[in-house]
Amino acid sequence: MALRWQDFKSDVFVDWCPGCGNYGILLALQMALAELALEPHRVVLVSGIGCSGKTPHFVKVNGVHTLHGRTLPFAQGIKIANPDLEVIAIGGDGDGLGIGMGHFVNAGRRNVDMTYLIHDNGVYGLTKGQASPTLKLGLKVKAIPKPNINEAVNPLIVALAAGYTFVARSYAYDTKHLKEIIKQAIQHKGLALVDILQPCPTYNDITTKEWYAGEDRIDPKTGKPVPRLYKLEDVGYDPVVHDLSEDFSKKLAAMEKAREWGDKIPIGVFYKNELIPTFQERITQRIPFYMKNPPAKQKICDDAGSPITDVDVLFKELKVT
Amino acid sequence: MEKGFNWMAGGPQGSGVDTAANIFGRACGYGGLYVYGRREYHSNIKGLHSYFHLRVSSNEVSANVNDVDMLAAFDAETVVRHISEIVPNGGIIVDQNQLDTKILEIPTLPIEFKSIFQEFMKENGIGTRLADLLEYVRNKGIHVFEVPYMELLKQIASKLNIRELNKITRMINVLTIGISFGLLGYDIGLVEKAIKDIFGEKPKIVEMNLLALEVAYDYAKNNFSKDFSYRLPERVVKEERIFLSGNQAVAIGKILGGCRVQTYYPITPAADESEYIEAHEVLSTKIPGVEVGVVVIQTEDEIAAINMALGAALAGARASTSTSGPGFSLMVEGLSWAGNNEVPVVITYYQRGAPSTGLPTRHGQDDLRFAVHAGHGEFPRIVLASGDIRECFYDAVNAFNYAERFQLPVIHLIDKALANSSQTFPVFDISSIKIHRGEILDEKMLDGIEYKRFAFTDSGVSPRVLLGTKNGVHWYTGDEHNEYGHISEEPHNRTKMMEKRMKKLEAVNREVPITEKINFFGEPNAKNMIVSWGSTKGAIVEALNELSREGYSVGFLQVRMVHPLPREYIKETLEKAERVIDIEMNYSGQLGGIITEKTGVLMDFQIVKYNGRPMTTTEVYNALKLVLDGRAPKRQVLTYGT
Repeated sequence: MALRWQDFKSDVFVDWCPGCGNYGILLALQMALAELALEPHRVVLVSGIGCSGKTPHFVKVNGVHTLHGRTLPFAQGIKIANPDLEVIAIGGDGDGLGIGMGHFVNAGRRNVDMTYLIHDNGVYGLTKGQASPTLKLGLKVKAIPKPNINEAVNPLIVALAAGYTFVARSYAYDTKHLKEIIKQAIQHKGLALVDILQPCPTYNDITTKEWYAGEDRIDPKTGKPVPRLYKLEDVGYDPVVHDLSEDFSKKLAAMEKAREWGDKIPIGVFYKNELIPTFQERITQRIPFYMKNPPAKQKICDDAGSPITDVDVLFKELKVT
Repeated sequence: MEKGFNWMAGGPQGSGVDTAANIFGRACGYGGLYVYGRREYHSNIKGLHSYFHLRVSSNEVSANVNDVDMLAAFDAETVVRHISEIVPNGGIIVDQNQLDTKILEIPTLPIEFKSIFQEFMKENGIGTRLADLLEYVRNKGIHVFEVPYMELLKQIASKLNIRELNKITRMINVLTIGISFGLLGYDIGLVEKAIKDIFGEKPKIVEMNLLALEVAYDYAKNNFSKDFSYRLPERVVKEERIFLSGNQAVAIGKILGGCRVQTYYPITPAADESEYIEAHEVLSTKIPGVEVGVVVIQTEDEIAAINMALGAALAGARASTSTSGPGFSLMVEGLSWAGNNEVPVVITYYQRGAPSTGLPTRHGQDDLRFAVHAGHGEFPRIVLASGDIRECFYDAVNAFNYAERFQLPVIHLIDKALANSSQTFPVFDISSIKIHRGEILDEKMLDGIEYKRFAFTDSGVSPRVLLGTKNGVHWYTGDEHNEYGHISEEPHNRTKMMEKRMKKLEAVNREVPITEKINFFGEPNAKNMIVSWGSTKGAIVEALNELSREGYSVGFLQVRMVHPLPREYIKETLEKAERVIDIEMNYSGQLGGIITEKTGVLMDFQIVKYNGRPMTTTEVYNALKLVLDGRAPKRQVLTYGT
């Protein structure tokens, strides 16, 4: 029987603010899991701290709600120990790009085959509205006393430079688009980043739902708002690296696109490269049976509890008689 | 006490001091002798002074004594630094070309050393050159063996047709070994075997070193044959023995104990362990055709190291990380998460001189209280402290068993003196080692039940399900949680959950046998009772044996499980004693403080040391004797070491 998104709903009350972009993300995620027909016990959602951190509790798959900024180390540890699991890391922009930025960059170097969703709303919600690393310089959102004094980071450009092999952006209120992007990210072989633009109706009074929808700029001809977001797939953009020789130029093109902001903001897949070996493949180079018999599944003792690992060879190297 | 023969090799870092010690130690091993060797080095790659202090005996030895019977000096600085440790009748092997070196102009000697040494030279009327210093000690009965290192190297070079001398200056270490064994009249065949074993895969290097050995050995025989009376009591032994460091012992223990994911960020003196495991990542098993592998991951920092290990543990692998003080400081938030989420993880914690960067390559046991208390909030943990290299091995296995049985983080405390020292042992007996994985539910057991990861139970331990198990979807959170692992701030749930977690410590108290928590030496009802933990064990046990022979009533309680502290046993043992003596490698006597806190027993005497160098048998013996004879102050601070 086909799975429905409702099959991925847990019994826990969803306590985000009314109108929060997280609802869209949660629904898109549940729909993606259902459409990919993933068995709940094989999926692990790993999150950090913040509003986004609560997501795993609302989904009926395994959930690991970790520490502020540490989503990626936990998620990688899980995936490396058991590569059969479908691991999806979730984090906020402060979580992943502020306190967790060191992990964000270094995860790219490994290319562990998993997905990372960033809830990107420019503010720290749960601590009441401070500026996050993606808030642009000089902006003064509602709760901060002075305009933001720091330049913003661009998660897509950092990810491209760090070695992520799938880099995408979507929008929390375009559930259909987001669902498709999440599906692609899960199916991608390698580390996939989805930067999810998301209004925070409580604390971000600048990049609001209305702002993204372009309600401040009415087309005089149609009398309708001109949305700021546009889809890369609609403009013939090809993100896929078909041959390693074009990797760098594809990356540069993706970075160029990722810089667009303001009146025209692209969403969609910016870059995709499955020619780079995943961390799993790199381990397999050294431990040939790794995928078949990964760390979490290895037998370490016999039925009587005696260890089965043969350490005689190690003692032999150290022998002095 | 049997002091054995004490050999020291010293020279600039990068000049092959370690290799020399390894060759010397192995050669002694092949002659049926036991060796304990301590490695000392600066936080530096090349140029600063390093040395290896080896004790050789026909019995098992597990600490240094103060003496140096033979000093193999690769350079002038080694002579200057260690001159006062050489015993009368001992020997110094020194480079003839260095005799004119002006002592106070040796650039790598630090000013604080020079000012003390200058005073010493003045008091004893010693001239400015190395030759003057050597003349002074000659008069004290020390043999000085002046060897023309360069000439011997030139001979070797010409025999090997090597024109560039710089290609063979690296062999000064083997040269001094040849001289040493020549002076000792030791079987050169055993030394050759050691060289072949160490450089086995590089035939050219083997050839060069064998030649250097031979040239030096013959030189000593021909020039100094009658000058040195020490002989090593070589003999044939049938049992199999190994010579290994604490880093290696932990690594092998982990591999045997089923560690399958090890994470680390490079730090001294922990990293050697992870590198050893990585070098041996694929191993065969007792089951034909089945191999196992340990994934070793070098992470971007210690925060990632602990949290990645936690992830791996949740997935079901036995997982661990290794670090020292600065790294553990960064791991503390992860530790607290592990406590709250009842994650079986092992943290191998190699202490070194602290605080801050402290003495990065030197010894210290400053972090006991930190290991016991680290982390915000209260949560159960186990802290183990190994006392010697053999215990490092067995405790590495025990650590995983405790972690999984009681579902909590286990901190395995080691220290620099254990990590970097090497010792000879009969091959470790693994026949009685068992693996206990605790209660894990599989797909069948879960069929038809509603699984709660943190179900309330009598023991506080809830059956575990590994991520990915069918019928066993579950949740974790660092927030306080209900039985399902979902966030809960309800007061009654909070009370129950705190109690559930904390009562696992009672289970540890109940279920882990005292023999795994405490080692006791000496007289059970002794008047004088020593307490200590960690690598001081070797020196204390040796000193205690000597004092017992002399008729003193002494016992030694070595605490191996520091938390939860086996307080009943400790209280009972100490209360009967007239004097309780706390011996520790830190300033404040941290274990003593913990014992007092948990048992009400006060420490009557304190013997502490915090100069970055481990306690020797000699100084522990001397300090204890003062206490036992009623002549000691309440607190003695030991200072031996170079």
